[in-house]
Amino acid sequence: MSINRREFLKLAGFSTVLGLTGSSVIDELLKSKADASQVLLDEKALSAKRWAMIIDTSKFKTEEDYKNVIQACHSIHNVPDIGNPKDEVKWIWTDTYEHTFPGQENEYIPEGIKHKPFLLLCNHCDNPPCVRVCPTKATFKRKDGIVMMDQHRCIGCRFCMAACPFGARSFNWRDPRPFIKETNPEYPSRTKGVVEKCTFCFERLAKGLQPACVEKSNGGLIFGDLSDPKSEARKVLSTHYTIRRKPEIGTQPSVYYIIGTGGNENA
Amino acid sequence: MLEKALTGSRRYWVWIFFLLAVIGTGFICYLRQFDYGLGITGMSRDVSWGFYISQFTFLVGVAASAVMLVIPYYLHDYKTFGKIVILGEFLAVSAVTMCILFIFVDLGQPMRILNVVLHPTPNSILFWDMIVLNGYLFLNIVIGWVTLTADRKGVPPPAWVKPLIYLSIPWAISIHTVTAFLYAGLPGRHFWLTAIMAARFLASAFASGPALLIILCLIVRKVSKFDPGKEAVQALGKIVTYAMFANVFFLGLEFFTAFYSQIPGHIHPFKYLYVGLEGYGKLVPLMWISSIFAVAALILLVNPNMRKKESALVLACVTVFISLWIDKGFGLVVGGFVPNPFGRITEYWPTLPEALIALGVWAIGFLILSILYKVAVTVREETSSWPELH
Repeated sequence: MSINRREFLKLAGFSTVLGLTGSSVIDELLKSKADASQVLLDEKALSAKRWAMIIDTSKFKTEEDYKNVIQACHSIHNVPDIGNPKDEVKWIWTDTYEHTFPGQENEYIPEGIKHKPFLLLCNHCDNPPCVRVCPTKATFKRKDGIVMMDQHRCIGCRFCMAACPFGARSFNWRDPRPFIKETNPEYPSRTKGVVEKCTFCFERLAKGLQPACVEKSNGGLIFGDLSDPKSEARKVLSTHYTIRRKPEIGTQPSVYYIIGTGGNENA
Repeated sequence: MLEKALTGSRRYWVWIFFLLAVIGTGFICYLRQFDYGLGITGMSRDVSWGFYISQFTFLVGVAASAVMLVIPYYLHDYKTFGKIVILGEFLAVSAVTMCILFIFVDLGQPMRILNVVLHPTPNSILFWDMIVLNGYLFLNIVIGWVTLTADRKGVPPPAWVKPLIYLSIPWAISIHTVTAFLYAGLPGRHFWLTAIMAARFLASAFASGPALLIILCLIVRKVSKFDPGKEAVQALGKIVTYAMFANVFFLGLEFFTAFYSQIPGHIHPFKYLYVGLEGYGKLVPLMWISSIFAVAALILLVNPNMRKKESALVLACVTVFISLWIDKGFGLVVGGFVPNPFGRITEYWPTLPEALIALGVWAIGFLILSILYKVAVTVREETSSWPELH
C-alpha cells in the first residue's frame, strides 16, 4: 500500500495529537493506583481502617474551651487569619445549633443548647461528594477514611466547595502567607488559588500523635477507629446517643455529636 | 479564506479595534487577578462561584443552540436554513471558546489546567465537560469551515463531513446536559438538586441562542449584501417562541415543587432571588427584570401578527436574551450558594475588575464571531448570484 504525501501528513498529524493527549489519558486510566501509604511507616504511627471523631458538646463550657481547640489547629497548620469573612480560611470553627444542624431545630430546645457554639470541621465522609467531583484527584479518600487534599495538584476550580454539603472547605482567595502570625516550619503553608481543609492531622497520626484539636480538648473530642470494636470511639458511640450533620443526604459523616450543655440544661 | 477577514470597511475596522480595546482592558485586569488571586473578585468562601462560571453556563446554551438550525436543515431538509446554518455553527465556535475561557479565568491555579488531562478522573463531571466542550468546538470548526469552503468552490461538501454533522446533533445536547449535571448532582445544594435542570437548560438555550441568532442575522443583513432571508428569520422566531414557553413552564415547575412541598431548603433560594431573605436581596431587582422581560417577550412572540413585524420580533429577541442572561448568567449560580449550607447568608456582587475580565472574554468571543462572520458573509456575497446547490 502506498500513500501519497497528503495522506502521510494527515496521518502524522493525527498520530501526534493522539500521542500528546490520548495515550497519556489511556495510560492514566489503566494504571493501577499508587498508594501513598506504601512508604515505610513510623513504628509509633497510629493507624486505623476508619478514623472518626466524636464531639462531646457537654465538655465545652467556656469560650476558652473552643478557643484552645481552634487555636491549636490553626497555629500548627499555618491557617492564615485574614480578618475578613470574604477571604476567610478556616479548618475548625463554631456555629449555633440552628446552623450546625439546619432543619433539626425547634422553638423549645433548652436555652443552653440554642445559644451554645458547636464545633464544625470537615466530616471526612465515607462517601464524600468533594472527592466525587474533583477533576484531578487533588482531593481523595485515604484507606483509613481521611479525606485528603493535594495542594500541589489542585487547580483551584472550587467544584469541591460547591459539592461539600458542610461548608468545610476554604479557598485561598489571595496569598495567605502574610497573614500567618507565626509560621510552623514543620507544616507546609499554602499558595493562593488552592483549596484547603481539615485533614484529621494525618501528619500527627503518622508520628503517633492524636490530632491537635483532640489533644487540647480535655476529653471533649474523642478520636478513634470505627472498625475496631474495642476502640474508645466505639465505646463512646455504643453508650451515648449521637447525631451527625445532614445524615439524609447519604455522605456518611465520620464526625459524631453528643448533644449536651454540660449539666445546666435550663441555664 | 481567512484573508477575507483582513479587508473590510472602515466601520468593520472600528468595530474590530473597539473589541481589541475591550480585550486589552480585560487582559490587564486578568494580569492583576493572576498576580493577586481570585480575591480580586466578589466571590467568597460562601459564594465560591460567581460571574465567570455563570457566564460559562449561559454561553454553553448559546453554543448548543446551533443544533436548532442543524436539525431542520440536515434532518428535515428544511432548505430555508441552508444559507444561515453556517451562522449558527460559527456562533457555536465563538460561544464555546468563551466557555473555555471563562473556566480558565475562574481557575485559582490556571497554570495547572493540564492536570485535568494528566490525571483524568471520569467520576468528575468537569472531566466530561472538558471532553464535550472541546469536542463540540472541534466539530463546529471543522463542519463550518469545510461546508463553507465547498460552498465557495460551488461543489457539494465532501461526504465525510456528513457523519460529523449528524454527530454534532447529540453532541450539542450533550454539552448542555453535562453542564447541567455539574450542578444537578450536588447533594447539599437544594436549588440545583433538581432532575429538570438539564431540560430547563436546553429550553433556555434554544430560546436565547436563536434569539441572538435572529439579532445577528438582521445585523448581517444591514451591514452586508448577504440576506439571510425573511422566512429563515421568521422560522427562528417560532423556535424562540416554543423554547421560551418551555423554559418558563419548567421554571414554573420548580416554583411549584418548592412552594407546594414547603420544604425550607427548597424555598429559601427562590425567596432570596425573588423577594429577599432575612433582609438580604441584592438580586431581587434583577430577577424581577428577568421575569417581566420573559412575560413581555412571550406576549410579543405568541401573537403571530406581532411576531411577523421585524421590529417587534427584534424587541422580543432582545428581551428574551436579557431575561435568560439574568436568569442563567447570574441568578442560577448565586441562588445555589445563598443561603449557604448552614442557612447563613453571604451576598455576592461582581467587582469592577471581575466585570472587566468577563467583558474581555465576551469581546474575544465577539472578535472570533466577527472574523468568522466576515468570512462567511463575504463568501455568501460572492456566491449569492449562483444557483442553489443543494
